[in-house]
This record gives sequence, C-alpha cells and structure tokens, in this order.
Amino acid sequence: MGRPDCGAAFFIEMGELMLGWRDFRQMTRREIALQLGVVILLVLVIWGAFTSARTNLNTMGLTSGFAFLERSTGWSYSFSLIERSIDDPYKKTLLIGFLNTLFVGFISMFFATILGFIIGTMRDSRNLALQVISSVYVQIFRNIPLILQIVFLYAILIHLPSPKQAHTIADVMYLSNRGIMVPVLTLPLAVVAGVAVGSVLIGAVCLKWVSGALKGIGIWLGGTLALTALAAALFTPEGAGLVSIPELKGLRFRGGLTLSVELVAMLIGIVLYGAAYVGEIVRGGLAEVSKGLVEAGESLGLGHLAIWWTIKVPMALRSIIPPLGNQWIFIMKATTIGVAIGFSDLFYIVSTSITQSGQTLELIAILMGGFLLVNFILAQLVNLLNARMALKGYGS
Amino acid sequence: MIAAPAPVNRLEKLKKRAFATPFDTVISILVLLFLAWLIWTAFDWGVLQAIWRAEDVALCQEAGAGACWSVIDARHRLILFGLYPYDEHWRSTLAALAIIGTVVLSCIPWFWAAKRLIPLWIIGFATYYLLMEGSLIGLNQVTTDKWGGLSLVLFLFSSVILLGMPMGLGLALMRRSRLPVLRLVASLLIDFVRSLPLLTTLFTAAVVVPILLPDWLQGDKIWRVIVAFALFFACYQAEVFRGGFQAIPAGQFESGKALGMGKWQILWLIVLPQVFRHALPATINMVVVTFKETAVVIIIGFFDLLASASAAFGTGEWVSYYMETYVFIAFIYWAFISSLGRYGEYLKDRMRQEEH
Repeated sequence: MGRPDCGAAFFIEMGELMLGWRDFRQMTRREIALQLGVVILLVLVIWGAFTSARTNLNTMGLTSGFAFLERSTGWSYSFSLIERSIDDPYKKTLLIGFLNTLFVGFISMFFATILGFIIGTMRDSRNLALQVISSVYVQIFRNIPLILQIVFLYAILIHLPSPKQAHTIADVMYLSNRGIMVPVLTLPLAVVAGVAVGSVLIGAVCLKWVSGALKGIGIWLGGTLALTALAAALFTPEGAGLVSIPELKGLRFRGGLTLSVELVAMLIGIVLYGAAYVGEIVRGGLAEVSKGLVEAGESLGLGHLAIWWTIKVPMALRSIIPPLGNQWIFIMKATTIGVAIGFSDLFYIVSTSITQSGQTLELIAILMGGFLLVNFILAQLVNLLNARMALKGYGS
Repeated sequence: MIAAPAPVNRLEKLKKRAFATPFDTVISILVLLFLAWLIWTAFDWGVLQAIWRAEDVALCQEAGAGACWSVIDARHRLILFGLYPYDEHWRSTLAALAIIGTVVLSCIPWFWAAKRLIPLWIIGFATYYLLMEGSLIGLNQVTTDKWGGLSLVLFLFSSVILLGMPMGLGLALMRRSRLPVLRLVASLLIDFVRSLPLLTTLFTAAVVVPILLPDWLQGDKIWRVIVAFALFFACYQAEVFRGGFQAIPAGQFESGKALGMGKWQILWLIVLPQVFRHALPATINMVVVTFKETAVVIIIGFFDLLASASAAFGTGEWVSYYMETYVFIAFIYWAFISSLGRYGEYLKDRMRQEEH
C-alpha cells in the first residue's frame, strides 16, 4: 500500500534507472550477457508480433491506421451525456464513451467516499448496534463480486412496473422499468456544464488555499450551492418553472430527468460496493489515531462530534488517503463492468467498435490510452491531496 | 495510559456499549428494530413462505408466496456444472472438491513450506484437470469449452494462483535486481498492467493476441485468458512481495554473507521465508480478490457461475425467478469469499499477537 501513483512512479523509476547505468562497469560479464539476452529476446518478440500482425491483418483484408475514426458508426448505444446520433464518427462515439466512464467513475467515487466515511465511522463507534449493522453491511457487500451485484440490481430494475404503473414517491419521483424519473432544474445543458466546471474550480481553490478539511469542504459545498442558485436565477428559460417535474403523458414520461436503468444500476452497484471498501479503509485510519489525542479532546470538554471532526478525521486522513486513492482508481476501472448490462462506457464502446469495424489493434490502444490517462489524472489528484493533508511534525 | 476498569459482567458490558446515554439508547433501539425487520422479512420470504420443490412451481404464482426455490431444485445442475455432460457431473463434483481441498489444506500452517505447498497445489490441480478433461485417465473426453459453472470458477481461480504466484515472485525479484535492464522491464510491465482494468487485460488476451501471434502459438482461448489473468495477478502480487522484501533488515543479508553463503542461498534459505511471512496477510487478500474477480470472465464469453445462473432462469417457466437464482449464486460466492477473508483476518490477528 501507500503507492497510489502508477503514472508518476514511472518517471521516478526511469530516473533511478539512468543512475543504475553507473554500476555498469562493476557488472560481471555474465550479468551483461544476461541483460543483452533479455533485450534481444524483447526485440525478437516485438518484431515477431509486428510481422505476424501484418500477415494476419492482410489475410483478413484489413488496413491498419486511424483513418476509421472519421467514418460514421451507424449503431446506437444506451447512454450519452451530450447530443448524439448514429451518424456520429467513431472519434465522437469513443469520446462519448470516455466521458461516460469519467461521469460514472467520478460520481461513484464521490458517493462511495461519503457513504464509506459513514460506514467506517459506524464501525469505529462505541455503540454496539451501529457496529453490528455496519459490519453486516461490509460483510455482505464486500464479499460478493461487483459484477454479480450490478447484474442483480439491473435485473431488479428492469422488472419494475412499466411507466403506466410506475411506483411513485410523493408524485414527484417515479420508478419504472424505463428508468428513474426525478425532478430537475430547468437549466440548459451548457449552464449545467458551466456550474459543474465552476464547482470543480472552487474545489481546486479550496484544496490549494484553504486550510482545514472541514472548512474546505464547507466552502466548496456552499460555493457550489450558491453557484447553482445563481445559475437558476439567471438562466431559467422564459415561461418554464424553476423545476421540471416528471409527468405521465400517455405511455411515457414528460419533463423531469430520466436516469436510465443501466446508469442507475451502475451507480448504485459501484457506490455500495466501493463504500464497503472505503468503510474498511476509514475504520482502519480512525483506529490508528492515538488514544491520547482523543483523551486530550475529552479533557478540553469537546463533544463526540467535535472530537470526530476536529481530531480523529484530520489525523486519520493521513493514513486514509493513500489507500483511498487506490480505491478511487479501482472504482474508475470498475466502470468497465458496464458492458455486462449494456451501459455504454469506454470499454463497451471500444468492444462494439471492434466488432463493427475490425480495427482491433487501434481500438485497444485507444482503450489502454484512455485508462492510462485517467490513472495519471487520479494519481496527480491523490498526490495533491496527500501534500495538503501532511501535518507538520509528523514525517511523511 | 490507565485502562478503564473492566466491566464486571456481560449485562453491564452491553449496557455500556449500547445504552450508555439516552441518545445511544435511541439509536440502538432504532437500529435493532431495523435489523429485526430485515431479518424477519428475509426469513419470511426465504423460508416460511418459500416453495421448495420443482414440482410445486405452480404454487409460486399464488398471492403471498415467498421465494420460489423450485428454480434451484430444477436447475441446480445447470447452475453448478454449466454445459458439462449430465452423466459426467460426478467428475466435475470431485474435481471441484479437489480444488477446495487444496485451498483448505493450504490454510494449515504445516503446509507452509515450499516442499509441501508446491506439490500440494500441483497434485490438486492435476487431479482437477485429469478428472475434468478425462481422456488421459480413460474417461470420456470433455473439452474445455464444455466446462462451466462453479467448477470453471474454481479452475480459473486455481490456475491463476498456481501460475501467477511464481510469476509474481519472479517479477518482484527482477524489480529489485541490481541489473537495470531487468529492473526496467519488470517496472514497466508491473506499472502498465496495474494501470489497466482486469477486463481490458483479459479482453486483449482473448481478442488481440490472436492477431499478434502466429497460428501455431495461439492455444485455446481459455489458456490465453488464464495466462493474462495470471499476469494481472502477478503484477499485484509482485508489489505485495516487494513490501515483504522491504521489511527485511539489511543485517539478514549481511549475516548470510558472513556465513559464506551464496546469493541464491541467502535468498532461498534466509530472505524468502521471511518475505512470505511478512507478505502473508496481503497475499491472502490478493487471493480473495482474485476469487471475486474471476466473475468478470462472463463478459469475454465463458460459461461461469454467473452465466449459468442467467441461463438457468433464461427459459420458459423460470423467467420470473431471477431473484432466487441470483441469491443462490450470491450465497455461493459469499460463502467462499467470506470464509477466505475470515481466515485472512484470523491470521493477521495471530501474527500481531506473536509480534508482541
């Protein structure tokens, strides 16, 4: 543990390697021969793969290269954040898949972290009932494969009643086999995107300049809410209400926001599973906080909540963040399971593109490149968090 | 630090832990009520109102009927054995038991030595393979594309561990080697594979490798996928071993040298036994994760437990009993994974006590 960054470590290793060459003169002949052998073997393997790929592609009558990215796909898929049609070129479809992966990944990361903190705190509490229920939760959700949980959830959701007989919650939310319909602010998509970007910027500013986790989170949430309110006040379209509520018109719903069955199954599945892991990480971190600090807080007359927020969590975060970063990366990778229920994440789009276009090597390279990029971004984020959380006088 | 006086009896202890303050009492009661409701609902659905036998399936449609376990009664052979020929199911059962036996025996400390553990796994795996494949010991041949259900899950699991463990050790040794080329190759491979989702690695093995390899080298799809899965396991396990290596003080190497031992002797006789010991909890964790992750092979077209379960309720009269089928296989997975996980926790506690 404690090595969340796969991307940055790469460069460090390259540097170490350069230094390693200094020992070259101290190596025995056998050691040099061994290394030379490995290099030759690698070259041979790569050359062999290259030539056999060429012959195999020739016999299949395929041309390699990225020209196919401009061709239109001609097939449809379940989910997209932006406008799409079946005439879109491959490059746009792949981009949509990538966005979907990021979308599900980041939302799941966010909620899994919050739920995980709640579960972990319950596991750490002195109340027996809370301990029991949270450990039952962890025991169930951590010990069943994620893909099974998602497929199971999906099966339950598609067996909900049709829109006409949809279950409703207070007549504003509806659950049906076509998805979950929720009320939504009537803002144009561009404004929503603007608010999202603004929220990320506020978060970045808090991370960089605001000290104290509690204050930072508070400013970030408050700023995001204020920004949303401002946008709602300025950009709500003429003649429309502030909030659009879903309504049954004929056989389907109008208004509101429809969250597709695939999306809901993915989000709930990954969040519940991820939270069980985050819960264990948080519990471990909280348990490591020295008893003396807690007693010091008690002797100052602080309540449980204040001790938790101002002493335990800030101290625990140092040991929580590295494994939490690993868990975030895991969650991002777990979005690939979407293909099992037809959610159009990057993996789904790439595998469909491969069957449709036959450009296997290029598409796999794009898939791998996408995940390397995501990993790199997350590793940077975790490093930034780590640097922020380091406490003075506590080593690293 | 002065310890609080130990509570005198259980009742007092319970009072302290659940009903210390009015607030605690309210929370405890609410949570207990919720748990009681949850357990009662599950018990009522799964046991009291449940229909058990295949021939009673008509009763499942009646109002107030609980779980329809008839689907399991009727289709459990399909769920557990997949497409394996019906008359040969006993072989699949014995083979699965061989793997389960191997795993259980590996948990006994007496087996924790290379000279016992390696033969144990090879014998367990060979027993499995000979029984399942059949032709080598004079039974009817059953090709790997007919393997399925729980036996396939156990097969993937055991072959990944068996192949991946030495690969992981090899990668870990390469990564800490003095020779820069070995170190670079291992580092690049480990970081690359660890950056990618398992599914991408397996998919590459299933779909891309046939393009990169000449025909005579390709082998069965299942073996390609197992090798790729083992590589994935090995890259994570190499990092686990690396952690184990870091826990060994330099003095251990030096004292070996002082005794006039060679490099490999020091490694094999002094260092590795301690590395394995330090890495044990994390290794068991990896084994548990691997068991869970085998479930994704359904996506690249294998007939594993999840696929056979979907097939079990996929036809005719059983279509509406998806819930019962999924609960059944979820329970199977849960039983395997949580007992392995429990064992890991137990070991961790034991090792912590030994340290003190």
